[in-house]
Amino acid sequence: MSAELCGVELRGPILNGSGTFDAIAARKAFGDVLLDEFPFDLFVSKTITVAPRQGNPPPRLWETPAGLVNSIGLPNKGLRGFLAEDLPQLGELPVPLCVSVMGFSRDELAELVAAVAERDEVELIELNFSCPNVETGTIMGADPAETALSVERLRPLTRKPLIVKLTPNATDPGAVAEAAENAGADAVSLINTLRGMALAPGTNRPWLGAGTGGQSGPAVRAIALAQVAEVSRRVGIPTIGMGGIATGRDAADFLAAGAAAVAVGTESFRDPAAGRRIAAELEAILRDERGFLPAASSERTAL
Amino acid sequence: MNGPRTQAPFGRRMAEVTGNESVGAYRLISVLDSDGPPDPRPGQFYMLSARDCWGGGADERPYLPRAFSYARAHEDGTLQFFLEAIGPGTDRLARLEPGEGIGLVGPLGIGFDPGPAGEALLVGGGIGAAPLLCLSDELGPEARVLLGFRSAVHALGAGLFAEVQVATDDGSVGRRGFVTELLREQLDAGGRATVYACGPPPMLEAVRALCAERDVPVQLALESGMACGYGACFGCVVPTRNGYVRLCVDGPVLAGDELETAVVPGAPH
Ligand SMILES: Cc1cc2nc3c(=O)[nH]c(=O)nc-3n(C[C@H](O)[C@H](O)[C@H](O)COP(=O)(O)OP(=O)(O)OC[C@H]3O[C@@H](n4cnc5c(N)ncnc54)[C@H](O)[C@@H]3O)c2cc1C
Ligand SMILES: Cc1cc2nc3c(=O)[nH]c(=O)nc-3n(C[C@H](O)[C@H](O)[C@H](O)COP(=O)(O)O)c2cc1C
Ligand code: FES
Repeated sequence: MSAELCGVELRGPILNGSGTFDAIAARKAFGDVLLDEFPFDLFVSKTITVAPRQGNPPPRLWETPAGLVNSIGLPNKGLRGFLAEDLPQLGELPVPLCVSVMGFSRDELAELVAAVAERDEVELIELNFSCPNVETGTIMGADPAETALSVERLRPLTRKPLIVKLTPNATDPGAVAEAAENAGADAVSLINTLRGMALAPGTNRPWLGAGTGGQSGPAVRAIALAQVAEVSRRVGIPTIGMGGIATGRDAADFLAAGAAAVAVGTESFRDPAAGRRIAAELEAILRDERGFLPAASSERTAL
Repeated sequence: MNGPRTQAPFGRRMAEVTGNESVGAYRLISVLDSDGPPDPRPGQFYMLSARDCWGGGADERPYLPRAFSYARAHEDGTLQFFLEAIGPGTDRLARLEPGEGIGLVGPLGIGFDPGPAGEALLVGGGIGAAPLLCLSDELGPEARVLLGFRSAVHALGAGLFAEVQVATDDGSVGRRGFVTELLREQLDAGGRATVYACGPPPMLEAVRALCAERDVPVQLALESGMACGYGACFGCVVPTRNGYVRLCVDGPVLAGDELETAVVPGAPH
């Protein structure tokens, strides 16, 4: 079941959601068999930033019905630490690599993209726009104009595909996707987590150390599917669909809604090998159901 | 800490529950884990979920798997978990019947780094006795075991151990008071020692402080809320002198001197 994304050949259409699988830690826990049984067809790194980050204070997790709210806060070694320590290890994975970056200004973004694009291990770059631009105060990915300015600044820096990860916490994600496409993005991915919060039992205080967090898991699947269908209708570039995908049937639904590839996030927490199971289930569905419409079909716009 | 780590098979596997008995206020659940490694290390843990009806309990949970130290691993592949029901996940696991399916990922994390048995002091609070059971089996009768429980029905858990000193909060069994009093006496009686401890955060913090004052090496098995158990989510961090560490990959056993405090925000117990 091979696939193709922005000119990169993949052995299948299953990615991981950024920040939901740490291949380096998983290799410690499971050993090198992880490489033989690698659960994804393209690996997306956790989002990195220019400066190292500790992440948010614990607690960082709150379980909800069919999902969780997290306030992890993008802990990472920073650009230099990532390039020196993590990237060589990620280069050993048996699948192509996409690095996810987040900048708090356009200069930071440019620094990240230029440095990451230079490295041979990296085939694609994902731009996580779910954070405020500290210069303007707007969440980059919530505003079409802000998104356009950022992508226009980054586009000339590399010929490697740029994927814009959309936030669902926007009035009109379709408009943001159109702005990204017009500014030269090669693909869009969605959805990121939905803002959420929980109160600590028996108190009137927030449970999460950061106060609020982001909801993921099957609880968001219907919302994600609607956004993927809408965005796929409005842009010509490929979309990568995610949000609560837990079975091959879910993956098939996102492909039918117009996604060119899908990503598994929270389900990997329940089963580290979920990506492999979902791929096998999806393959059986694509084989058995002749009525299934692959993403390339023009009829997808009927959705 | 450089504790031992037995690697887990990749992915969640299904196994059969072969027993579920009550031990006082707790459950002892047996699982035939034919596909797992025969040699997990004391202090390592497994992520568990019921195959059927995982979800739909209180608050429409559980959704994620739950972390449990293994209490004993037998040669035929049987793993035993010692469990206290405190919420929807543990409630469901406590009701598992023989023949039901259970999902496992593990063994995970790093275990205790055992030194000479003659110097070992094992200190447990409540359900924290779980990882000390396999550790005391491994170290043998020379290692001393000190356990603290809330009440007599909880203290029945001590029956799983060959030889223990018990303290209960209400004095119904053994010494009245906290297990840390038993530890203080042992430490003050002299003799070199390494302390291995597991229990609720206030107990662990008291153990850490007692050992720090006396320069006694201590290894603490901590708890924090976990989603994945294998380093994927970055949700289980605890603060250490070197910043936040993921308890599931760099713990759950940490050396006392890595910590400023053993109190973990949001820990289950
Ligand atoms: C490494 C490790 C080893 C462990 N070993 C054992 C063992 O051997 N035996 C054993 O009995 N237990 C063990 N535990 C603890 C066990 O994992 C927890 O008791 C269990 O996860 C509780 O799940 P629950 O659904 O029953 O309770 P929850 O409802 O999840 O409640 C547990 C605690 O989590 C918090 N909480 C409440 N609601 C939520 C929510 N919605 N989202 C997030 N947090 C919430 C509260 O602090 C609550 O007290 C271990 C934990 C770890 C990390
Ligand atoms: C614990 C956790 C950490 C995440 N970290 C990131 C991140 O670093 N960068 C990013 O772009 N998305 C991050 N996400 C969002 C996921 O990649 C994905 O978009 C979202 O979780 C929806 O998919 P899911 O429901 O399958 O998990 C994170 C999600 C979770 C649950
Ligand atoms: S529980 Fe997910 S990183 Fe530790």
